[in-house]
Amino acid sequence: MPAVSKGDGMRGLAVFISDIRNCKSKEAEVKRINKELANIRSKFKGDKALDGYSKKKYVCKLLFIFLLGHDIDFGHMEAVNLLSSNKYTEKQIGYLFISVLVNSNSDLIRLINNAIKNDLASRNPAFMNLALHCIANVGSREMAEAFAAEVPRILVAGDSMDGVKQSAALCLLRLNRTSPDLVPMGEWTARVVHLLNDQHLGVVTAATSLIITLAQKSPDDFKTSASLAVTRLSRIVTSASIDLQDYTYYFVAAPWLSVKLLRLLQCYPPPEDTALRSRLTECLETILNKAQEPPKSKKVQHSNARNAVLLEAIALIIHHDSEPTLLVRACNQLGQFLQHRETNLRYLALESMCSLASSEFSHEAVKTHMETVIGALKTERDVSVRQRAVDLLYAMCDRSNARQIVAEMLGYLETADYSIREEIVLKVAILAEKYAVDYSWYVDTILNLIRIAGDYVSEEVWYRVIQIVINRDDVQGYAAKTVFEALQAPACHESLVKVGGYILGEFGNLIAGDPRSSPLVQFNLLHSKFHLCSVPTRALLLSAYIKFINLFPEVKATIQDVLRSDSQLRNADVELQQRAVEYLRLSCIASADILATVLEEMPPFPERESSILAKLKKKKGSGKLPENVNGSAELHAEEPAAANKASPPPPTEVLALNPTPPAAAHSLLVDVFSDLSAPTAVAEDHLSRFICKNNGVLYESQLLQVGLKSEFRQNLGRIYVFYGNKTASSFLSFSSWVSSSDVLKTQLNVHAKAVEPVIEGGAQVQQVLNIECVTDFSDVPVLNVQFRPQQEVQKIFKAQHPMETDAAKAKLLGFGVALLEGVDPNPANFVGAGIIHSKSAQVGCLLRLEPNTHAQMYRLTLRTSRDSVSQRLCQLLSEQF
Amino acid sequence: MFMQFMLLFSRQGKLRLQKWYVPLSDKERKKISRDLVQTILARKPKMCSFLEWRDLKIVYKRYASLYFCCAVEDQDNELITLEIIHRYVELLDKYFGSVCELDIIFNFEKAYFILDEFLLGGEAQETSKKNVLKAIEQADLLSMELYLVF
Repeated sequence: MPAVSKGDGMRGLAVFISDIRNCKSKEAEVKRINKELANIRSKFKGDKALDGYSKKKYVCKLLFIFLLGHDIDFGHMEAVNLLSSNKYTEKQIGYLFISVLVNSNSDLIRLINNAIKNDLASRNPAFMNLALHCIANVGSREMAEAFAAEVPRILVAGDSMDGVKQSAALCLLRLNRTSPDLVPMGEWTARVVHLLNDQHLGVVTAATSLIITLAQKSPDDFKTSASLAVTRLSRIVTSASIDLQDYTYYFVAAPWLSVKLLRLLQCYPPPEDTALRSRLTECLETILNKAQEPPKSKKVQHSNARNAVLLEAIALIIHHDSEPTLLVRACNQLGQFLQHRETNLRYLALESMCSLASSEFSHEAVKTHMETVIGALKTERDVSVRQRAVDLLYAMCDRSNARQIVAEMLGYLETADYSIREEIVLKVAILAEKYAVDYSWYVDTILNLIRIAGDYVSEEVWYRVIQIVINRDDVQGYAAKTVFEALQAPACHESLVKVGGYILGEFGNLIAGDPRSSPLVQFNLLHSKFHLCSVPTRALLLSAYIKFINLFPEVKATIQDVLRSDSQLRNADVELQQRAVEYLRLSCIASADILATVLEEMPPFPERESSILAKLKKKKGSGKLPENVNGSAELHAEEPAAANKASPPPPTEVLALNPTPPAAAHSLLVDVFSDLSAPTAVAEDHLSRFICKNNGVLYESQLLQVGLKSEFRQNLGRIYVFYGNKTASSFLSFSSWVSSSDVLKTQLNVHAKAVEPVIEGGAQVQQVLNIECVTDFSDVPVLNVQFRPQQEVQKIFKAQHPMETDAAKAKLLGFGVALLEGVDPNPANFVGAGIIHSKSAQVGCLLRLEPNTHAQMYRLTLRTSRDSVSQRLCQLLSEQF
Repeated sequence: MFMQFMLLFSRQGKLRLQKWYVPLSDKERKKISRDLVQTILARKPKMCSFLEWRDLKIVYKRYASLYFCCAVEDQDNELITLEIIHRYVELLDKYFGSVCELDIIFNFEKAYFILDEFLLGGEAQETSKKNVLKAIEQADLLSMELYLVF
């Protein structure tokens, strides 16, 4: 058979291909091709009608030329003509040409669709298959429109041949992927699910692919497929391999179908039905058991097929994340693969273990393989495998092993492939921050990063180290000392100069006592790097110098001399020149007090998601990131993630204050203020103060002060709580109450008397708490405070102008506020923010404008830090819409 | 399992077969082929058969002078894709009788027909070697009869 089949005697084609292969140069090839194109063109245009065979041959030549990478701009019509030939091979070549060289020429599409329609209706399975293959290969919208109804019908028709059903299933799958809107579900869906029961395994395989795609989109419609899949899988897994005849592949029973069924089950949670569930568990156990049996063949195909099924089963186990035994078994199995001689398996084991690391059931089991993974990092010869090892180390990292893992990654970084350095840098930076118990380790780690791979340390990384140092006063002295020492190196990376400049400018005073790092020494050290740095770094250094002038009056003259030099004052760079001029002037005219105010230490940065983490997510794409870096999925966190340490501890642990004003509708406006009055870590410190003291301030923010006075007699106590309104306007809806945990309630009775709902500006109210100690207790009750500062003004008014979004936007922008898109859940609403500057103070303003087109009304809400401003702005704005 | 495309190319980097299961412009196809051929030819023999490339997974294997390379989606099963390649090689081998690069060059249309019987829309259509070959044989018989008449 094969002797005849090769080429069906298209001798002209073979000769042409030989000619092309014999061409010695690209030019010769192009010449030969152009000659052939001219020949074909003349044949197609010639008066003599071409017979089918010649047409087929020339179309095939054109296809060959196209596949060589040349453009083809004719011959489409001849190919379409072939579609209506009665000869199978002519039709086949016609379809192949169309599939490879689709173009959306509308006339042709109509003709093609017509030919396909005829073939689908021909009841000749060979022709039907060609037509279905063409639809699946092209998959255009025009085809979806034309055949979205016909293909499902063929798929579920009782009289369709198996081969046709297989083609129809995958054809429908392709149409569903490219134009899901044109392929609506219908009565055929239920019948498609039942194809899972089909006798023909080829049909089941094709149908399973289709069902997976459909189930991912509308899981509810295909729910029943899960139980059918389990049944089918169970039959395959328990079958003797010869039962499935040709669907057995190197002694593995239907590996493709098994993988697909396991994949389908990953669209659903574990089965609720217990019988079904235990049947599935049995299947998974059997698959795991088989992995332990000696191989039935030495061929790599055997082990690949077997392990393909095994790894898909593990993926399902991880997806369910509900059977600890299976998860641990999976982990042990992958552990064996970590040391396998096949590179492919080591790679896959590392990859799969990454997901296992984020399950609480298997996280510990994964950790036991840490040494092996570290070994892989050092010994694997393939960079893609080492990359997987880095990913896994990152995923398995927690507080217990962070130091070792970070150290290993740092070590690896020295020799790591350039292509993955930046990612490793980000990962090290994140782990160091997340698991830092003492921040000196964190600072050391980041400085090491800069030393080893400075070029790959992105801006985000050094921004972050500065944010952290500024927010944590316990590490500032250490950071200053360390950067000072690091800067001693004759050649240091520019990022280090940036970090050094910033930190010494802020905290250089903390090490200035030591004569070895006296102010002048610090300055000279920084300035020795100045001339080697880029403009942005120099600009940063100039700012550090002016900060020095404030911190160390004794070096003022030296620095002024530097600023005054021509290379600064007349620098060609505008930014540098401006800084030099302004700083010099500032240092000359401002009094020490003013300097101290202007150049005050930077306030703490607001806590937010680490910008490095955001960068890594962006780099990896949202799907790729091992979950446990999100903090939320962090498994064994005994304490809140390190990054959050500076932010308030959870309210249940301390006597916490939660000023959460009730107006939920105004959440945005309120958030900004609750931030201000949110409990700070200070509250915790203050609480401990009352261990040895009965009176004092419990809590203080810019809005509110809470004071305590307490007296105790035997088991009874009375606490007077004073709430002081520090603002000029009233607090409305004020309330405060005490809550205790269930355990604490049985140990301690707390009775709080109600307080007045209004606290005038500058006034103080008192609340009495009567306390009875029933038995000893260790928990603390929580004092909740809630109020609404009266700086909010609201007005509802009728629209005076047409309610147009763009016009309203333009007015608000013209008013001078910045509009914040995407803040309000209702996209029709406008939310804006701005600052009103006056000589005496700055007034922050937030506004929300809610249009109601139906009622032709607006609601305008303004909240500013000053009541009078809110009133006035509301008045002004309400007349504009 | 959703294969995005399959490429066959020689050690010299010449494309011998390309099958695209996602709509891409001619220009994009050329760029992708160029990039991938370069990347894969630069890898050493003992390296692993999988690599991350853009947001796809590339699975490849070399058979004699030809590289077979598939791109699948991120969650797809690499090993089973490797065996898709192998099964296709087996099909070609069986059909041509110990296939070599020249068979695929001179009978490229056959290589496409076999692939269409085996994979459709990027999914395995028929994994039984016997069934795929039967379909191809029948098609060949159809053409032979017709040409005998002709």
